[in-house]
Amino acid sequence: MSWIDIGHIEDIPLHGARVVKTPVGCVALFRTGAAEVFAADDRCPHKGGPLSEGIVHGQSVTCPLHNWVFDLNTGQAQGADEGRIGTYPVRVESGRLLIDGDAIGKRSAA
Amino acid sequence: MTQKLVIIGAGMASGRVIEHLLDADPSAYDITLFNAEPRGNYNRIMLSPVLSGEKTYEEIVTHSDAWYAEHGVTCRFGEHVVKIDPEMKVVEGENGHVPYDKLVIATGSAPFIIPVPGHDLPGVISYRDLDDTNAMIEAAAKGGKAVVIGGGLLGLEAAAGLKERGMDVTVLHLMGHLMERQLDEAAGYLLRKDLEVRGITVKTQAATKAILGEDRARAVLLESGETLGADLVVMAVGIRPETRLATDAHLDVARGIEVNAQMQTSAPDIYAVGECVEFDGHLFGLVAPLYDQAKVLADSLLGQPNAFVVKELATKLKVTGCDLFSAGDFAESETREDIVFRDPARGIYKRLVIEDDRLIGAVMYGDTADGSWFFGLIKDGTDIEDMRETLIFGPAFQGGASADPLSAVAALPPEAEICGCNGVCKSQITSAIESGATDLGAIRATTKASASCGTCTGLVEQLLQVTLGDDFQMPQAQPVCGCTDLSHEDVRRLIKSQELKSQAAVWQELGWTTPNGCHVCRPAVNYYLLADWPLEYRDDPQSRFVNERKHANIQKDGTFSVVPRMWGGITTPDELRAIADAADKYDVPTVKVTGGQRIDLLGVRGEDLPAMWADLNRAGLVSGHAYSKGLRTVKTCVGTDHCRFGTQDSTGLGIKLEKHLWGSWTPHKLKLAVSGCPRNCAEATCKDIGVVCVDSGYEIHVGGAAGMEIKGTELLCKVATEEEAIEVISAMTQIYRENARYLDRIYKWLARVGLDWVKEQIVDDTENRRALAERFELSQSVYRKDPWAEHAQDSATRAQYAPLANLTLEAAE
Repeated sequence: MSWIDIGHIEDIPLHGARVVKTPVGCVALFRTGAAEVFAADDRCPHKGGPLSEGIVHGQSVTCPLHNWVFDLNTGQAQGADEGRIGTYPVRVESGRLLIDGDAIGKRSAA
Repeated sequence: MTQKLVIIGAGMASGRVIEHLLDADPSAYDITLFNAEPRGNYNRIMLSPVLSGEKTYEEIVTHSDAWYAEHGVTCRFGEHVVKIDPEMKVVEGENGHVPYDKLVIATGSAPFIIPVPGHDLPGVISYRDLDDTNAMIEAAAKGGKAVVIGGGLLGLEAAAGLKERGMDVTVLHLMGHLMERQLDEAAGYLLRKDLEVRGITVKTQAATKAILGEDRARAVLLESGETLGADLVVMAVGIRPETRLATDAHLDVARGIEVNAQMQTSAPDIYAVGECVEFDGHLFGLVAPLYDQAKVLADSLLGQPNAFVVKELATKLKVTGCDLFSAGDFAESETREDIVFRDPARGIYKRLVIEDDRLIGAVMYGDTADGSWFFGLIKDGTDIEDMRETLIFGPAFQGGASADPLSAVAALPPEAEICGCNGVCKSQITSAIESGATDLGAIRATTKASASCGTCTGLVEQLLQVTLGDDFQMPQAQPVCGCTDLSHEDVRRLIKSQELKSQAAVWQELGWTTPNGCHVCRPAVNYYLLADWPLEYRDDPQSRFVNERKHANIQKDGTFSVVPRMWGGITTPDELRAIADAADKYDVPTVKVTGGQRIDLLGVRGEDLPAMWADLNRAGLVSGHAYSKGLRTVKTCVGTDHCRFGTQDSTGLGIKLEKHLWGSWTPHKLKLAVSGCPRNCAEATCKDIGVVCVDSGYEIHVGGAAGMEIKGTELLCKVATEEEAIEVISAMTQIYRENARYLDRIYKWLARVGLDWVKEQIVDDTENRRALAERFELSQSVYRKDPWAEHAQDSATRAQYAPLANLTLEAAE
């Protein structure tokens, strides 16, 4: 894996999200806890809703357009809805956010 | 092989026996049913409502001729049985013999007639069956005076019914107080008072000496020498088992036909059931034990083991408006103690009799809601030592529960008997509800609860409510979402009462099952907290739907729409120029005029929002909150400034209102309008709050809607000045903010609490109105500001609108 530094964890509001533009499309970084971050596609498989604009709760996000709920661990839609969003390896080191460059089609700049 | 069963008497007990037999094994018996009355079974305990005119005979028929035909029961109605021959096993009717394999005697009871002179005159009626009832109805039609002899259950129901039918009624009772077998003196007193209020004369310690008259009853002479004129005399002093046939057949008969626990008489194939029997020294006059007997008898006839036992009985009077309950034993004695509660103003009396830390008797008058609970304690012999202090206040006060009127029913144990007539307990009803019986009719059909005398109907309905929520069809007390069992109302109440001032406190103290809620509950909780604690709690943007977090409306393609505020729908050329410039600068594809008298810029990229807002702010434009559960617009017409019909400055008031209310968060969107005259050009009467100006002032209307539902407003009040109008509207907004559930528009919330309640709070109670307006102002000290300016000027917030990083650009090697 090649880890790319994309910012500081405090750049994302708690229970909020930010977007990173990548070669594979927009990836949303979800901050689910003080030091817990998930990365997943910013596009709902239903009608293309921007998931980074959804409400983040537990380790899930709800799409702002039609309330589909996705588990950020697996990317799987919850409940009666069927669909999946891609997830990407991300980690927090000394407050810095690192995303796996290979997974998003980008080699580390370092 | 099918055996022959003959039943003498088509009353409620034998009716039930037939039902049980047909349910269990329709082919077991070939049934012949004799009845002296020329009709089948009807609900005898509902004769009082028939007498009073609340019901008709047709409504109380339980088994029609068609029913008997359908089930193959041979009916010999209107035919007296002359004789039973136990040797030959034959019943001799007036129209012929019928042989039997098994015989059931269900002859019921006969009214007791005091053998005073004149007791057999025409115009003297007993009160036992439909013919008696019809005779009374017929007599009452002529009006005049009625004397009812007997102040027990039956006599009082007869008296009340005759009074309803317009007769002048006197009740004579031999004892010192009415219903002395069921009531103590105090409750008897209250009952007497209630009856007297209805215009019924009650004479106690009144012994009848004779009924006077030549060709028919004209008067009643008392032992005291007093004479009471009477066009109708009703004898309701009691009943005795009808045992004549059994005695003639040489069966063992004491006061009633003696039976064993299998309902068998002294002759092997002859059974008896109902009011004609005597078991273990007991006679039976209420329907509940009769139904128990019927079940036992059916089992005996089918060879199933079962045994009848005598149970405690509770009594209720079926006289509308007289609410009394009695159960158990309430005679005074040295070893017994009383707990008594009296509320003279409301005519309420409750007395509990306790012996050895157990409740053995209860008498209640005026408020009998807890009757079933007390009855349960008596039947079960529950040790009440620990709850003795609060026992009299009923189940709602045990264990510190809330004073919810339904909690008494909710607190009843599953085995508590709800329907005494049919012996149906709470758990049978609740499981019926759970399996889909969601209205009274379905409960009656599946459990028989409330299907006989009907006095438990209220309890059954409360159980429906407790089990299903406020609305039988649509459960309303449902939880907010899957994260909690609490309803919106519960959460609001607890946030206030437990002073919960943070989301963490709510999750912890109210036992949320998720770490920080979900997209359903968290916006609601966030709203409740900021509405109740405007200074202590800070609005959490991450608990808001995207529109309220980004202060713009998300569109289907992920772009946003931007709507600047135009106060009261008034704008200027400069503002319009600034809007046009912004539309050009940010490539806005669509510019549209809204229904709320302003301009919508559609298709703005999320990243551009803060810059666009900053541009609009420079021209003095602020957020129109077109995206919020909060104040949207105040629509106006031009009013007295230009209009020849205008009665007031509607535009001016609209602008004042919008400047006063803007920025406030409410449970759902809040739209206002002010019309300058009743022609109502601003369409004020379909808004959440609407003002219609008239010559003499301002009509304030509330509860309109023109969205998913169309609803006209209702008039809240009329005021004389703009200042009053603004205060009333502030108070209205605040009371809605403080009480409604999240996502209820005003009209929906009003449907729950009622406009009258709101009027009491903010129209009648001017002090409360002022307090509400002040609390609104306190909240507005935090929220009456432009979120666009805040977001555009704060660099950290502004940064949130841009991507965190852009990895599509080529990095230098």
